[in-house]
Amino acid sequence: MPTVPLRQMQKDQSGTITAVKVGGELGRRIRDMGIVPGTRITIMGRAPLFDPVAIRIMGGTLTLRNSEADHIEVEIA
Amino acid sequence: MSNPITFALAGNPNAGKTTLFNTLTGARQHVGNYPGVTVEKKAGAYTFPSGEEATIIDLPGTYSLTAYSVEEVVARDYLVQEKPDVVINITDASNLERNLYLSAQLLELGVPMVIALNMIDVARDRGISLDAHRLSALLKVPVIPIIARSGKGTAELMAAALELARRKSPWNPLHISYGEDVDLALQTMAQCITTAGFLQDSYTPRWLALKYLEGDSQIQEKGRRNNPAVDKELQEIVAKVGEHLHKTMETYPEAIIADHRYGYIKSVLRQEVIAHKFDIDRLHASDRIDKVLTNRFMGPLIMLAILLGLYKFTFTYSQLPVAWFAAFFGWLSAHLSTILPDGHLKSMLISGVIHGMGGVLGFVPLIMFMFFGIAILEDSGYLARVAFMMDRVFRIFGLHGSSVMAYIVSGGIAGGCAVPGVMAARTLRSPRERLATLLTVSFMNCGAKLPVLALLTATFFSRSQAQLMFLLTLLAWVVALTAAKILRLTVLRGESTPFVMELPPYRFPTFRGLLIHTWERTWQYIKKAGTTILAISILIWAMMTFPGLPQSEEQNFARQRQEVTASTAQTVDNQQLKEKLAAIDTAQAGSTLRHSLAGRIGITMESVSWLPGFDWRTNIALVGGFAAKEVIVTTLGTAYSLGETDPENNASLSETLAKDPHWNPVVALALIVFVMFYAPCFVTVVCISKESGSWKWGLFSICFNTTFAFLLATLVYQGGRLMGFAG
Ligand SMILES: Nc1nc2c(ncn2[C@@H]2O[C@H](COP(=O)(O)OP(=O)(O)O)[C@@H](O)[C@H]2O)c(=O)[nH]1
Repeated sequence: MPTVPLRQMQKDQSGTITAVKVGGELGRRIRDMGIVPGTRITIMGRAPLFDPVAIRIMGGTLTLRNSEADHIEVEIA
Repeated sequence: MSNPITFALAGNPNAGKTTLFNTLTGARQHVGNYPGVTVEKKAGAYTFPSGEEATIIDLPGTYSLTAYSVEEVVARDYLVQEKPDVVINITDASNLERNLYLSAQLLELGVPMVIALNMIDVARDRGISLDAHRLSALLKVPVIPIIARSGKGTAELMAAALELARRKSPWNPLHISYGEDVDLALQTMAQCITTAGFLQDSYTPRWLALKYLEGDSQIQEKGRRNNPAVDKELQEIVAKVGEHLHKTMETYPEAIIADHRYGYIKSVLRQEVIAHKFDIDRLHASDRIDKVLTNRFMGPLIMLAILLGLYKFTFTYSQLPVAWFAAFFGWLSAHLSTILPDGHLKSMLISGVIHGMGGVLGFVPLIMFMFFGIAILEDSGYLARVAFMMDRVFRIFGLHGSSVMAYIVSGGIAGGCAVPGVMAARTLRSPRERLATLLTVSFMNCGAKLPVLALLTATFFSRSQAQLMFLLTLLAWVVALTAAKILRLTVLRGESTPFVMELPPYRFPTFRGLLIHTWERTWQYIKKAGTTILAISILIWAMMTFPGLPQSEEQNFARQRQEVTASTAQTVDNQQLKEKLAAIDTAQAGSTLRHSLAGRIGITMESVSWLPGFDWRTNIALVGGFAAKEVIVTTLGTAYSLGETDPENNASLSETLAKDPHWNPVVALALIVFVMFYAPCFVTVVCISKESGSWKWGLFSICFNTTFAFLLATLVYQGGRLMGFAG
């Protein structure tokens, strides 16, 4: 299965998070919101200027900026 | 009798905490602030069927207990220091896995706890069935399903909490295993903490060690101050594990901890606690609405329409009550002026107290309407979508998508008001972005600046007035956003706060919730602003009144009056007499103003104000404009001895300015930009101070804006003169 950074995923594409490569405040915030390895993720859509991105995770919807999504790797499935 | 029982409400944002708090306490609430921060502290009372009373504290909504934002610090400090009898952890049953992350941390802290499974109605509609008994058995805490909105289950919830409180069991921290490396480090650190008796008053050793590993800056700071040696030892262990984890697995201790916490939650939920009837990714009604409302093309258009609608709603429908308030204060001052004898007391009561109070209370209907509108957008979940769509644009300027509301309300569409704008910035959770927004919204063209702009554009640019007004609105946006950028590159420098944000499902707001929301904020405004503003408006009144004219001049005017009365009495023309007397009155008002402290300041200021081309009369008007921008036109009228000038109908002032040799289009333009950007009116300054939690920022906004406006106006005036437009 191919692993891609979250930024490159297309709308409606789904996958499983394999890594969250960031520490510090941002890393903690991302994990607090449920973005941890092993979790399923689906791209719900993007804002008018392609950034931020809206994702479905654990039954809720979250938004992230592309620069933040760069730290997240997803195995497409 | 012992102290009443205390329950603390904790939960994720959007889990229904406010709704539950309102359902439990009804109108018996008290809103204050946590010491030193602007986070609201809400306390309420609940009465059990037995008549027993409990205090309920509403903690700020958080996703975690590790110090990340003020909300988290406040919530955690409250739990650790005040030790409530029981924590009621409200969770969103339709999004349980994520919500349990906070629950897991509460369990690790060990505080006695009851879990409220809220929104089971929503969960049921989504085909999610939950086994509360099993969950309770696995987590070893009571779990009660409720619907906060209707109050279903809340009696059972409170009964469970009461029973737990009566048991007075000691705190019992849960130990989650974090894998070999982290567990080993935790053990070593805990031993080191126990031996040294490090920070032992309020934390357990393991919990402290965990926070150190999670990189919790607040706890580490405390440790450093308490015992630098132990702190250093702990930091070394943290660094060692960190390095090891990075080398072997390319990860961080805090990542391992989060992963294992979620692992713990998943393992609990997997034990037949939760069952999904549908695919978990299934599109719900809310997602279908989002397909339209956040559509890449239609979304922005719909947003524009909605924001315009809110703006129209606020400013159109509040007009009538605003007029009532104005009429009431007009009546009051007219009434007082007939019953009180002439003199300073009367002048102070009317010009200082009543105008000041009118200034504050006059905003109340506006603020209520705006907060009502914002409450609808907020409670329905739409505001988060606005932030989502606008973020890319606002980020360029170091702001946040949510800043857009504050700008629009402040006059992003000409004619708003910075006071509710400043208060609208509350919906922003990122501290630096929020401050940058607070400090720049006053650059927008609020309704009070419009009469000044209208007067000057009509007088000097009558042919292209409409175009110019439009350009000025654009200019306000450019300046506000640029100023925000400058602030974010200098005094508010720092990385942008992570945007990671929830888009909560759309929900119909409840009318009761909206009313409580609106009233709470409005009342705070009245309370906070009322006292300070009254004091300042009396001060400004005094500045414009004292010192009074010297006796010789007073007598001079008195003599003129007598002469006029005497000479006109012979012709028996009453009308003419009145006019002549009025002319003397206004001449006297003009000289009094010139002689007063404000007048002297205005004259002294000429030594610098020649740069942007302002004379002392303009200076006085600008000083007066600090009280409220509407005052600029009136004060200008008084300074030109034109008597009472109606800001809406100022034909005579316009004529005077057009004829005055000092005035020309360049001066007018310089004054326009100065009025647009100089110090916010003091009601706004008070609000900025209150909302930012410090007078420093209020003062900063006065200095920053005035300096900025001065430079810009000087540029316009000197530039215009050099190019020969000053005619
Ligand atoms: N259907 C349903 N909606 C709820 C329930 N509890 C709260 N809500 C709604 O959820 C939204 C968020 O609730 P609120 O109390 O503001 O959440 P808070 O952010 O945790 O304070 C509001 O629109 C509430 O009306 C519930 O039990 N069922």
